Amino acid sequence: MSVVFQKTRGLTDVPTHYCPGCTHGIVHRLVGEVLEELGVLDNAIGVAPVGCSVLAYKYFNCDMHEAAHGRAPAVATGIKRVHPDNFVFTYQGDGDLASIGTAEIVHAALRGEKISTIFINNAIYGMTGGQMAPTTLVGQKATTAPYGRDPNHAGKPIRMSEMLSTIDGAKFVERVTVTTPAHVRKAKKAIKECFQVQLDGKGFGIVEVLSTCPTNWGYTPEEALRWLEENMIPYYPLGNFKRPEEVE
Amino acid sequence: MATAKPKVRGKVTFQEDLCKGCGLCVSVCPQKIITLDSNKINAKGYHPATVTDMDKCIACTSCALMCPDVVITVERL
Amino acid sequence: MAKVLMKGNEAIGAAAIEAGCKYFFGYPITPQSELPEFMARELPKAGGVFLQAESEIAAINMVYGAAGSGARVMTSSSSPGISLKQEGISYIAGAELPCLIVNIMRGGPGLGSIQPSQTDYFQATRGGGNGDYRLVVLAPSNVQELVDLIIEGFDIADQYRNPVMILGDGMIGQMMEPVEFKKPKTRELPPKDWATNGTKGERKPNIINSLYLSPEELEAHNIRLQAKYQKIRENEVKVESYNIEDADVVIAAYGTTSRIAKTAIAQLEKEGYKVGLIRPISLWPYPYDEFNKISDKCKGILTVEMNSGQMVDDVKIAVNGRFPVYFHGRLGGMVPTPNEIIEKVKKIYGGEI
Repeated sequence: MSVVFQKTRGLTDVPTHYCPGCTHGIVHRLVGEVLEELGVLDNAIGVAPVGCSVLAYKYFNCDMHEAAHGRAPAVATGIKRVHPDNFVFTYQGDGDLASIGTAEIVHAALRGEKISTIFINNAIYGMTGGQMAPTTLVGQKATTAPYGRDPNHAGKPIRMSEMLSTIDGAKFVERVTVTTPAHVRKAKKAIKECFQVQLDGKGFGIVEVLSTCPTNWGYTPEEALRWLEENMIPYYPLGNFKRPEEVE
Repeated sequence: MATAKPKVRGKVTFQEDLCKGCGLCVSVCPQKIITLDSNKINAKGYHPATVTDMDKCIACTSCALMCPDVVITVERL
Repeated sequence: MAKVLMKGNEAIGAAAIEAGCKYFFGYPITPQSELPEFMARELPKAGGVFLQAESEIAAINMVYGAAGSGARVMTSSSSPGISLKQEGISYIAGAELPCLIVNIMRGGPGLGSIQPSQTDYFQATRGGGNGDYRLVVLAPSNVQELVDLIIEGFDIADQYRNPVMILGDGMIGQMMEPVEFKKPKTRELPPKDWATNGTKGERKPNIINSLYLSPEELEAHNIRLQAKYQKIRENEVKVESYNIEDADVVIAAYGTTSRIAKTAIAQLEKEGYKVGLIRPISLWPYPYDEFNKISDKCKGILTVEMNSGQMVDDVKIAVNGRFPVYFHGRLGGMVPTPNEIIEKVKKIYGGEI
C-alpha cells in the first residue's frame, strides 16, 4: 500500500477561487511540485501580479509579492538583486505579460535576469470578465471583441515565446499545455528544466502554458480542452524554442 | 508465454468538499470508473466526483494529474 | 569631518550610501541624471547594486520588490518621471514598504522645462496615486540639508514602514555647496521580520500585498494606516521659522525659494520693516501649528512659490481666516527675485493689496 499521488507541500491549504475546470489549478500544482522536488520551496519568493492568478500569493506555500498589473518581472528583478541566492519566480497571465507588461518581460529577458516566469496563455482577460487579450485568436469572440477579433482592427495575436526566444538573455523558452495527462507530464518537465536554468545561474527562463478559460470561452471544462487543442495549438505551436547550449 | 503481469490495483480518495464538479477526472480515467455523484451535493454546492468501481482502478493517476483543485490522492494497493 | 564641495544630485547619492542604502533603481531624466550616474559609479564600490530600469514604472516596481525583501532602497526622477511612478508609490504605501523617492522637480505641465520648479507640491502632499495614503515629504533648501534629510529619511521610512519623498528642484540638484555627512538622531527601528527572504522552513510565508478583496479587511487596514499617519503628524513635523512673534508681515516659502525670501527679508529689515518667515521642511506632515505663533498684529502672510499657488492652500488652512493670505509665484521654471518679494511685502504693509 503506497501513495503514488498526493498534494504537494508547495501549495497551501487555501482552496482556490478558480472557476471549475480552469487549468490554472493544474499549473499551480505543477509549480508547487517542482519547487518541492527541486528543494527550493523554503527558499522561494514568488510574484503574483493582477489577473485571475493574483490570489496565487495565498496558494503558493512560500514568500510571495502581490504586484501591479504587468510589473511582476520588475518586482522580481528587485527581489533577485537583493536576494541572489533565493529562487525567484513570477506567475503571470497573458493580459499581464503580453499586454501592459510587455516592456517588463522583454527587459527582464534582455538583462538575463536570473528569474523564472510561468506565463499562462488562455487567450482572454479572465478576472475582469472575458475581454480580448493580445493573445485572443482571430475570430475568437470576447466581450470587447463581440463580433470576434478582427485583425484589421486589433491586429493578430502575439506569439510571446517565439519573440522572447530571440533575446540572448532568455536561456530557456518553451511552450506547453495541460489538456491531457501526457501534456501535463511534459509541462512539468519543462517547468523543472526552466527552474533549473535559474538555479544554474544561466539567465532568464520562461514556460508559456496554453491554458483554458471555460467560463469566459463559454464552454464546459472538457469542451474547453478540446477547443484549445483544435484552435490554440495550431496558432501557438508547442515545443522548446531555446535551452542553454550543452557545454561540451 | 510471459507470465501475465500482476494486475496493479489502486485506490483513489477525493476531498469531496473541495471538488468543483468540473469533470476533468471523469474525462481522463482510462477505466471509466469516475462519475459526478448526482445524489450528493458538497459544501460548495457541486456534485463531487466519486469512483463507482474501485476494484477496476489501476492507480494510473491520470485523474489526479488533471484535477485543478488537487482533491485526489491515489494509492497503489 | 571635513566638508566636501558636492553637486546636489551627487550629494544625494553619497548621503544615501552613507545611510546604508544598497539598491538604486532609476532612469535617466534631466535635471537629476547625475544621481543615477553617481550611483552607477559608487554603489557597486559600497557592495550595492545600481540598475537602470527600462522605465520609471519598472524602476518603482523594482523598488517595491527590493523593499519588500527587506533592503534599504531608493529611486529618483523628475516631475514627469515621478508621475509615471504614482501607481507603484500607491502600492508601496498600501503594502507599507520603506523606501526613499527623490523628486528633483522641473517645470510643467507635460514635458515642461528643465528649469527648477515647485509644481509637484500637490502631487507629493495630496498623493499622486490612488487611495488614502500619505508620503512623508521633506523639502531641503540647501545641499547640506538635502544630505541630512536623505540620511534621516531612510530611518523615518524604516521606523514607520512608509515611503519617504525628498522634494528638491532643478536648482538644488544642480548647484554645488560644501557638505558633511552627519549621523542622524538615533531611532528605534523595528526589525524587518515581515520581509521576504525565504521561509527557510522556519516560519509561515511572508506576503507583501496591498490587495484586500473584503471591504471589512480593507477598512481595518486603512484605519491602521491612518493611525500611523497620525503618529507621523505628531512626531515628524520639521519647520524653520524666523521672527514670527514680532513680524508685521510673514513670508511662507520652502525649498530654494525660501532662500530668496531670506534675502528679501534682510533687505526689508534694513529699511525698518518687521518681516518674519515660516519655512516648512516637512511638507507632509505640514507644520500647521507653527502659524499659531504669529502675533495678532501681523497684517498678512505672503506665500511665495515657483508654481501657480499650491502650498498657499495649506497656509490658508493653517491660519484658518486669522490673517489675509497673499501669493506671489513664478511659473515655467522662472525663479522669483528678491525685489519682486520686497515690492509685494511693501504693498501688504501699505495696505495696498
